[in-house]
Amino acid sequence: MTRRRTVVTAAILAGALGLTACGTNRDEAAGSGGGSSCDTSKGTLVIGMVAPLSGSLSALGLGMRNSTKLAVDQANQKCTVKGYKLDFQPEDDQATAQIAGQAATKLSSDPNVVGVVGTLNSSTAQTVAPILDAKKIVMVSPANTNPTLTLGQAATTAPARPFKTYFRVATTDLVQGPFGAQYLIQKAGKKNIAVINDGKTYGAGLAATFSAEATKLGAKVVAQEQVGEKDTDFSGVIAKIRPLNPDAVYYGGEYPVAGPLSAQLAGAGLNIPLMGGDGIVDKQFVALGGRVGDLATNVGAPADQLPSAATFISDYKAANFAEDFSAYGVLTYDAANVIINGLATAVGTGTFDDSKRQALIDAVQATKLDGASGSIAFDQYGDTTNKVLTVYGVKGDNFAPIETGTYKAS
Amino acid sequence: MLSTLLSQIVNGLVLGSLIGLIALGYTMVYGIVQLINFAHGEIFMVGAYGGLAMFTYLLPTALKNHWYFALPILLIVGAAVSVLVAVAMERLAYRPLRGAPRLAPLITALGVSVALQEAVRVFYPNATAAVPFPTIFVPGTLIIPIGDGIPIKYSAILLVVVALALAYALNTFVERSRMGRAMRATAQDPDVARLMGVDPDRVIVLTFVLGGALAGVGGILYGGLYNTINIDMGFQNGIFAFTAAVLGGIGNIRGAVVGGLAIGLVKALGGQYLPGGTAYDYVWIFVVLIVVLVFRPQGFFGETERVRA
Repeated sequence: MTRRRTVVTAAILAGALGLTACGTNRDEAAGSGGGSSCDTSKGTLVIGMVAPLSGSLSALGLGMRNSTKLAVDQANQKCTVKGYKLDFQPEDDQATAQIAGQAATKLSSDPNVVGVVGTLNSSTAQTVAPILDAKKIVMVSPANTNPTLTLGQAATTAPARPFKTYFRVATTDLVQGPFGAQYLIQKAGKKNIAVINDGKTYGAGLAATFSAEATKLGAKVVAQEQVGEKDTDFSGVIAKIRPLNPDAVYYGGEYPVAGPLSAQLAGAGLNIPLMGGDGIVDKQFVALGGRVGDLATNVGAPADQLPSAATFISDYKAANFAEDFSAYGVLTYDAANVIINGLATAVGTGTFDDSKRQALIDAVQATKLDGASGSIAFDQYGDTTNKVLTVYGVKGDNFAPIETGTYKAS
Repeated sequence: MLSTLLSQIVNGLVLGSLIGLIALGYTMVYGIVQLINFAHGEIFMVGAYGGLAMFTYLLPTALKNHWYFALPILLIVGAAVSVLVAVAMERLAYRPLRGAPRLAPLITALGVSVALQEAVRVFYPNATAAVPFPTIFVPGTLIIPIGDGIPIKYSAILLVVVALALAYALNTFVERSRMGRAMRATAQDPDVARLMGVDPDRVIVLTFVLGGALAGVGGILYGGLYNTINIDMGFQNGIFAFTAAVLGGIGNIRGAVVGGLAIGLVKALGGQYLPGGTAYDYVWIFVVLIVVLVFRPQGFFGETERVRA
């Protein structure tokens, strides 16, 4: 009896797992029915996405998913790509490189996938970009900031573009780290800075570019420490930097660590601001312990201060998504539109097949788009030519913009 | 410099007490049924979520700000939730495999661990990401004025006191009480214990109840100290706790606590003084484990494994 029950339970469990594994998460794009009278006789093309839809960074990833869906739905309504209906297929990467690789392989094995929006993390992009590049699938990231993705391993000395199909609308850490340093030292007047990172591609890279600029500007980097991305106890690191009397902490990494780290700094009597990059700009940072006075840089200008983003914001609200568009919503919307507009140019009035993939890459490379985040164009490496960044500070329970500027090398 | 050393020792003791508290559950279950219950970390996690659910949805707002009301309620609820899950786990997953080869329950434990994590992820609101946890105890930090000052959060003091008191109580229970004697007898030789009238099922359930209660209390104290909980917390701390149990001698109650404190201290002091800094503090934990196991394979307090008839 017991044995049989065990077998039955196991069978049910196995079945449930099987169902989850087979389930497709392709969204039937809304708007293809009511009100739209587009000609979709040539079939369906798919815009993919690889982003963290679950896990600790899902607040950012879900905003990216919704923003892309909005762009795809609008394109279907406006018949942007002649003769085709666009489908949107978001894949979860759980902010993990290995799972991102699986998602990318899944998307790239589908001949209808023309372009992919994502990823959020630089570490996942390092896995995804080569897989998509091999299949000549265009990838546009709204959030990757690690320089090596566009400039190669010797990003600062001998830049060489590793992936012809990879583009991004986010500025790199070569710009963001120094931009943060300039604010923290020249405007906020900090002199002794402890730098901590999470050892991942994004965090370590950002911490390095920040430290280099900070030293150049005459501040002292009193400590360089590393924590684990799943750590919750930072008492060791804090006890180590405490006697060095830092007047600010710079953290390269994301909010799941940055929030508790900020709270524990204060808990140890170190009432100094924590500054980070775009990875900590989310409401969750404050919910997890971020304090008033903490600072962050983010790529682009704040959505609610950009006249160009007003339409996006009202459309997003009208679409009634359950989640906020979050820190990357505006840029993600633009990234999706870069692909959609490129596709419209490449397809023209013809049909899409594998021979058109190069045309799509060329069309994206030649992008001149007035997007929600501002004007978008790419340089020869696939980086955005827009170098606008914003410094944010925690006010109440969220980040509020302090100042927006264009990065100038010091 | 002295204050840095003392601060790191304090940090090590705080983390070590928590790990020791979880390690007790590993070591007791192993002592009785020779099962490495890899799902024990998840029991710890479930306790924290259970307490948080109680705090968020059931506790009247008037009581939330008074720690002397909220804290005992949360500790009891956290322990109760953990005990319930631990007993259900024993009943549904491990008891059917009693007598099966040792690998079967071990793999089952891994399965239970994944199942519990995913269950919380799916069913607890917003559990896909880290969730804020209230500071149930006196907020703020005590700064002991030596050198640059040694900061200790009040909730950390609470954690250490409660953890050590519970470990002491458990030790007394096992060594002095009638049920404790039955536990020791079952650990020594289940067949002879049965002949002497000890019901092994009762002893095993009791073991899971005790381990679960300690883990549940640990989960609440952890949440109160770090003010954030996530579904991975059981895995991460469970690995440390398992290591602590092995280091102290698996099956031995004092060993689990000493092993936990040792790991906490190695992590804190290794991150401060050893090359590589905090990036390598996990490495030193396992270096110490390997070194100890080379010279003392049974751990600090463990007995050499007997061959069972």
